[in-house]
Amino acid sequence: MAFRSAVITFPGSNCDRDMAVALERISGTAPVRIWHGDAELPDGLDFIALPGGFSYGDYLRSGAMAANSPIMREIIRAADRGVPVLGVCNGFQVLTEARLLPGALMRNASQHFICRTVSLKVENAQSLFTQGYAAGEEIQIPVAHHDGNYFADEATLDELEAESRVAFRYVQNCNGSRRDIAGVLNKAGNVLGMMPHPERAVDSAHGGTDGTALFEGVVKALAKA
Amino acid sequence: MKIRVLVSLKPGVLDPQGRAVHHALEGLGFKGVDDVRIGRTVELDVADDTSDQALNDMCEKLLANTVIENYKIEKLG
Repeated sequence: MAFRSAVITFPGSNCDRDMAVALERISGTAPVRIWHGDAELPDGLDFIALPGGFSYGDYLRSGAMAANSPIMREIIRAADRGVPVLGVCNGFQVLTEARLLPGALMRNASQHFICRTVSLKVENAQSLFTQGYAAGEEIQIPVAHHDGNYFADEATLDELEAESRVAFRYVQNCNGSRRDIAGVLNKAGNVLGMMPHPERAVDSAHGGTDGTALFEGVVKALAKA
Repeated sequence: MKIRVLVSLKPGVLDPQGRAVHHALEGLGFKGVDDVRIGRTVELDVADDTSDQALNDMCEKLLANTVIENYKIEKLG
Protein backbone atom coordinates (compact mmCIF):
# COMPACT_ATOMS: atom_id res chain seq x y z
CA MET A 1 0.00 0.00 0.00
CA ALA A 2 1.39 3.38 -0.96
CA PHE A 3 2.00 5.76 1.90
CA ARG A 4 0.09 8.93 1.10
CA SER A 5 1.68 11.87 2.84
CA ALA A 6 1.59 15.62 2.40
CA VAL A 7 4.13 18.32 3.20
CA ILE A 8 2.71 21.80 3.67
CA THR A 9 4.68 24.80 2.46
CA PHE A 10 4.04 28.26 3.88
CA PRO A 11 5.76 31.37 2.56
CA GLY A 12 9.02 31.23 4.51
CA SER A 13 9.09 27.48 5.12
CA ASN A 14 12.62 26.25 4.48
CA CYS A 15 12.69 22.63 5.63
CA ASP A 16 9.82 21.47 3.42
CA ARG A 17 12.13 19.90 0.87
CA ASP A 18 14.16 18.10 3.56
CA MET A 19 10.93 16.75 4.99
CA ALA A 20 9.74 15.62 1.56
CA VAL A 21 13.06 13.90 0.83
CA ALA A 22 12.98 12.09 4.20
CA LEU A 23 9.40 10.93 3.68
CA GLU A 24 10.06 9.72 0.16
CA ARG A 25 13.24 7.93 1.10
CA ILE A 26 11.69 6.12 4.05
CA SER A 27 8.20 5.42 2.70
CA GLY A 28 9.12 4.89 -0.93
CA THR A 29 6.45 7.32 -2.08
CA ALA A 30 6.93 11.03 -2.71
CA PRO A 31 4.62 13.20 -0.58
CA VAL A 32 2.14 15.59 -2.12
CA ARG A 33 3.34 19.17 -1.80
CA ILE A 34 0.65 21.53 -0.58
CA TRP A 35 0.76 25.32 -0.68
CA HIS A 36 -0.56 27.29 2.30
CA GLY A 37 -3.23 29.02 0.23
CA ASP A 38 -4.74 25.75 -0.97
CA ALA A 39 -8.18 25.33 0.46
CA GLU A 40 -8.28 21.55 0.32
CA LEU A 41 -6.19 18.55 1.19
CA PRO A 42 -6.20 15.50 -1.08
CA ASP A 43 -8.44 12.65 0.06
CA GLY A 44 -7.07 9.63 1.86
CA LEU A 45 -3.93 11.15 3.37
CA ASP A 46 -2.05 8.91 5.80
CA PHE A 47 0.22 11.60 7.17
CA ILE A 48 0.65 15.38 7.16
CA ALA A 49 3.93 17.15 7.92
CA LEU A 50 4.35 20.81 8.83
CA PRO A 51 8.00 21.68 8.18
CA GLY A 52 10.47 24.03 9.80
CA GLY A 53 11.26 27.52 8.65
CA PHE A 54 10.09 31.04 9.26
CA SER A 55 6.54 31.07 7.95
CA TYR A 56 5.39 34.61 7.20
CA GLY A 57 8.70 35.90 8.49
CA ASP A 58 7.65 35.06 12.07
CA TYR A 59 5.38 38.13 11.91
CA LEU A 60 3.40 38.76 15.10
CA ARG A 61 4.60 35.51 16.75
CA SER A 62 6.32 32.45 15.29
CA GLY A 63 3.64 30.35 13.63
CA ALA A 64 0.79 32.76 14.35
CA MET A 65 0.06 33.75 10.77
CA ALA A 66 0.44 30.23 9.36
CA ALA A 67 -1.93 28.91 12.03
CA ASN A 68 -4.65 31.05 10.49
CA SER A 69 -3.95 30.26 6.84
CA PRO A 70 -6.63 28.55 4.72
CA ILE A 71 -4.94 25.16 4.65
CA MET A 72 -4.71 25.06 8.45
CA ARG A 73 -8.48 24.91 8.75
CA GLU A 74 -8.34 21.72 6.70
CA ILE A 75 -5.44 20.35 8.72
CA ILE A 76 -7.32 20.95 11.98
CA ARG A 77 -10.27 19.04 10.52
CA ALA A 78 -8.00 16.22 9.38
CA ALA A 79 -6.30 16.05 12.80
CA ASP A 80 -9.70 15.91 14.49
CA ARG A 81 -10.54 12.93 12.24
CA GLY A 82 -7.37 11.21 13.46
CA VAL A 83 -4.99 11.80 10.55
CA PRO A 84 -1.43 11.83 11.95
CA VAL A 85 0.17 15.29 11.88
CA LEU A 86 3.85 15.97 12.59
CA GLY A 87 5.04 19.53 13.15
CA VAL A 88 8.78 20.13 13.32
CA CYS A 89 10.31 23.38 14.60
CA ASN A 90 8.21 26.10 12.97
CA GLY A 91 5.64 23.35 12.37
CA PHE A 92 5.49 22.81 16.16
CA GLN A 93 5.02 26.56 16.65
CA VAL A 94 2.20 26.51 14.10
CA LEU A 95 0.51 23.57 15.88
CA THR A 96 0.55 25.38 19.23
CA GLU A 97 -0.72 28.59 17.67
CA ALA A 98 -3.49 26.59 15.99
CA ARG A 99 -4.26 25.08 19.44
CA LEU A 100 -3.81 21.56 18.16
CA LEU A 101 -1.16 21.25 20.87
CA PRO A 102 -1.06 22.95 24.29
CA GLY A 103 1.51 25.53 25.33
CA ALA A 104 3.58 28.02 23.38
CA LEU A 105 7.12 28.31 22.04
CA MET A 106 8.84 31.41 23.36
CA ARG A 107 12.18 33.06 22.63
CA ASN A 108 15.10 30.88 23.79
CA ALA A 109 16.07 31.76 27.35
CA SER A 110 19.59 32.56 26.14
CA GLN A 111 18.17 34.93 23.50
CA HIS A 112 20.46 33.19 21.01
CA PHE A 113 19.56 31.23 17.91
CA ILE A 114 20.85 27.72 18.54
CA CYS A 115 21.94 25.42 15.75
CA ARG A 116 23.56 22.17 16.80
CA THR A 117 22.91 18.50 17.43
CA VAL A 118 21.43 17.75 20.84
CA SER A 119 20.69 14.61 22.82
CA LEU A 120 17.05 13.79 23.33
CA LYS A 121 15.55 11.25 25.67
CA VAL A 122 12.61 9.32 24.28
CA GLU A 123 10.02 9.62 27.04
CA ASN A 124 7.12 7.86 25.39
CA ALA A 125 8.00 5.04 23.01
CA GLN A 126 4.39 3.89 22.60
CA SER A 127 3.09 6.63 20.35
CA LEU A 128 2.59 6.33 16.61
CA PHE A 129 5.59 8.59 16.09
CA THR A 130 7.98 7.14 18.66
CA GLN A 131 7.37 3.39 18.52
CA GLY A 132 10.56 2.95 16.51
CA TYR A 133 12.52 3.89 19.63
CA ALA A 134 12.95 2.30 23.04
CA ALA A 135 11.64 4.13 26.11
CA GLY A 136 14.48 6.04 27.72
CA GLU A 137 16.66 5.75 24.62
CA GLU A 138 18.92 8.71 23.93
CA ILE A 139 19.03 9.92 20.35
CA GLN A 140 20.99 12.65 18.58
CA ILE A 141 18.89 15.09 16.58
CA PRO A 142 19.76 18.60 15.32
CA VAL A 143 17.99 21.70 16.57
CA ALA A 144 17.98 25.06 14.78
CA HIS A 145 15.70 27.64 16.33
CA HIS A 146 15.32 30.97 18.06
CA ASP A 147 11.90 30.35 19.58
CA GLY A 148 12.01 26.86 21.05
CA ASN A 149 11.47 27.62 24.71
CA TYR A 150 8.41 25.51 25.51
CA PHE A 151 6.02 27.12 27.94
CA ALA A 152 2.81 25.84 29.48
CA ASP A 153 1.32 26.48 32.90
CA GLU A 154 1.98 24.01 35.70
CA ALA A 155 -1.46 22.39 35.47
CA THR A 156 -1.01 21.75 31.75
CA LEU A 157 2.50 20.38 32.28
CA ASP A 158 1.22 18.03 34.99
CA GLU A 159 -1.53 16.85 32.67
CA LEU A 160 0.95 16.26 29.84
CA GLU A 161 3.14 14.18 32.12
CA ALA A 162 0.25 12.24 33.64
CA GLU A 163 -1.01 11.32 30.17
CA SER A 164 2.48 10.41 28.85
CA ARG A 165 2.23 13.14 26.26
CA VAL A 166 5.82 14.30 26.59
CA ALA A 167 7.38 12.49 23.62
CA PHE A 168 10.94 13.80 23.90
CA ARG A 169 12.97 15.69 26.48
CA TYR A 170 16.31 17.46 26.09
CA VAL A 171 19.03 15.63 28.01
CA GLN A 172 20.56 19.07 28.53
CA ASN A 173 18.07 21.87 28.30
CA CYS A 174 19.26 24.11 25.46
CA ASN A 175 16.52 26.73 25.30
CA GLY A 176 14.83 27.12 28.70
CA SER A 177 11.90 24.81 27.94
CA ARG A 178 9.72 23.97 30.91
CA ARG A 179 10.60 20.50 32.24
CA ASP A 180 13.11 20.07 29.38
CA ILE A 181 10.29 19.36 26.95
CA ALA A 182 11.35 18.97 23.30
CA GLY A 183 8.23 17.35 21.86
CA VAL A 184 4.60 16.87 22.89
CA LEU A 185 1.64 14.83 21.72
CA ASN A 186 -2.02 15.78 21.61
CA LYS A 187 -4.53 13.92 23.74
CA ALA A 188 -5.48 11.49 20.98
CA GLY A 189 -1.83 10.81 20.15
CA ASN A 190 -2.11 11.60 16.43
CA VAL A 191 -0.41 15.01 16.56
CA LEU A 192 3.24 15.44 17.51
CA GLY A 193 5.09 18.74 17.69
CA MET A 194 8.84 18.83 18.27
CA MET A 195 11.55 21.47 17.99
CA PRO A 196 14.40 19.13 16.92
CA HIS A 197 14.56 18.11 13.25
CA PRO A 198 14.30 14.34 12.70
CA GLU A 199 14.28 14.93 8.92
CA ARG A 200 17.81 16.30 9.24
CA ALA A 201 19.04 13.02 10.68
CA VAL A 202 18.09 10.38 8.12
CA ASP A 203 21.33 9.99 6.15
CA SER A 204 24.83 9.25 7.35
CA ALA A 205 25.93 12.31 5.38
CA HIS A 206 23.79 14.36 7.81
CA GLY A 207 26.12 13.22 10.57
CA GLY A 208 23.54 10.90 12.09
CA THR A 209 20.51 8.78 11.29
CA ASP A 210 18.61 8.79 14.58
CA GLY A 211 15.64 10.51 12.94
CA THR A 212 15.00 7.57 10.63
CA ALA A 213 13.23 5.46 13.27
CA LEU A 214 10.55 8.12 13.70
CA PHE A 215 9.52 8.00 10.05
CA GLU A 216 10.00 4.24 9.79
CA GLY A 217 7.80 3.69 12.82
CA VAL A 218 5.01 5.78 11.34
CA VAL A 219 5.26 4.13 7.90
CA LYS A 220 5.24 0.62 9.38
CA ALA A 221 2.35 1.32 11.72
CA LEU A 222 0.22 2.87 8.99
CA ALA A 223 1.05 0.07 6.52
CA LYS A 224 -0.36 -2.43 9.02
CA ALA A 225 -3.50 -0.41 9.69
CA MET B 1 -12.25 54.52 15.30
CA LYS B 2 -8.65 54.19 16.42
CA ILE B 3 -7.90 51.29 18.72
CA ARG B 4 -4.72 50.48 20.51
CA VAL B 5 -4.15 46.93 21.71
CA LEU B 6 -1.44 46.43 24.29
CA VAL B 7 -0.14 42.87 24.40
CA SER B 8 2.02 41.93 27.37
CA LEU B 9 3.48 38.72 28.74
CA LYS B 10 1.52 37.23 31.61
CA PRO B 11 3.03 37.63 35.06
CA GLY B 12 5.26 34.65 35.79
CA VAL B 13 6.18 34.07 32.16
CA LEU B 14 9.92 34.56 31.80
CA ASP B 15 10.80 37.43 29.48
CA PRO B 16 14.41 36.90 28.35
CA GLN B 17 14.23 39.98 26.13
CA GLY B 18 13.11 42.14 29.04
CA ARG B 19 15.86 40.71 31.17
CA ALA B 20 18.51 41.51 28.57
CA VAL B 21 17.21 45.08 28.28
CA HIS B 22 17.22 45.35 32.08
CA HIS B 23 20.90 44.39 32.13
CA ALA B 24 21.60 46.90 29.37
CA LEU B 25 19.91 49.70 31.33
CA GLU B 26 22.02 48.83 34.34
CA GLY B 27 25.06 48.82 32.10
CA LEU B 28 24.19 52.37 31.08
CA GLY B 29 24.25 53.33 34.73
CA PHE B 30 20.50 53.67 35.35
CA LYS B 31 19.78 52.77 38.98
CA GLY B 32 16.62 51.56 40.62
CA VAL B 33 15.11 49.66 37.69
CA ASP B 34 13.42 46.68 39.35
CA ASP B 35 12.11 44.86 36.30
CA VAL B 36 11.66 45.23 32.55
CA ARG B 37 8.94 43.48 30.56
CA ILE B 38 8.58 43.89 26.83
CA GLY B 39 5.24 43.79 25.06
CA ARG B 40 3.73 44.78 21.75
CA THR B 41 1.42 47.54 20.62
CA VAL B 42 -1.01 46.98 17.77
CA GLU B 43 -2.82 50.02 16.39
CA LEU B 44 -6.02 49.40 14.51
CA ASP B 45 -8.24 51.70 12.53
CA VAL B 46 -11.67 50.07 12.51
CA ALA B 47 -15.22 50.94 11.51
CA ASP B 48 -17.00 52.99 14.18
CA ASP B 49 -19.64 50.32 14.68
CA THR B 50 -17.10 47.59 15.46
CA SER B 51 -18.37 45.81 18.56
CA ASP B 52 -16.37 45.21 21.72
CA GLN B 53 -17.02 41.53 21.14
CA ALA B 54 -15.37 41.71 17.72
CA LEU B 55 -12.36 43.51 19.18
CA ASN B 56 -12.05 40.90 21.89
CA ASP B 57 -12.26 38.14 19.30
CA MET B 58 -9.48 39.76 17.25
CA CYS B 59 -7.26 39.67 20.33
CA GLU B 60 -8.20 36.14 21.35
CA LYS B 61 -7.85 34.65 17.88
CA LEU B 62 -4.80 36.41 16.57
CA LEU B 63 -3.34 39.51 18.18
CA ALA B 64 -2.46 37.82 21.48
CA ASN B 65 -1.55 34.26 22.35
CA THR B 66 -3.52 33.91 25.56
CA VAL B 67 -1.40 30.96 26.66
CA ILE B 68 1.40 33.41 27.43
CA GLU B 69 0.02 36.90 26.88
CA ASN B 70 -2.55 39.31 28.27
CA TYR B 71 -4.08 42.07 26.22
CA LYS B 72 -5.70 45.41 26.89
CA ILE B 73 -7.89 47.25 24.40
CA GLU B 74 -7.84 51.05 24.43
CA LYS B 75 -10.25 53.14 22.38
CA LEU B 76 -8.50 56.27 21.24
CA GLY B 77 -11.61 57.70 19.57
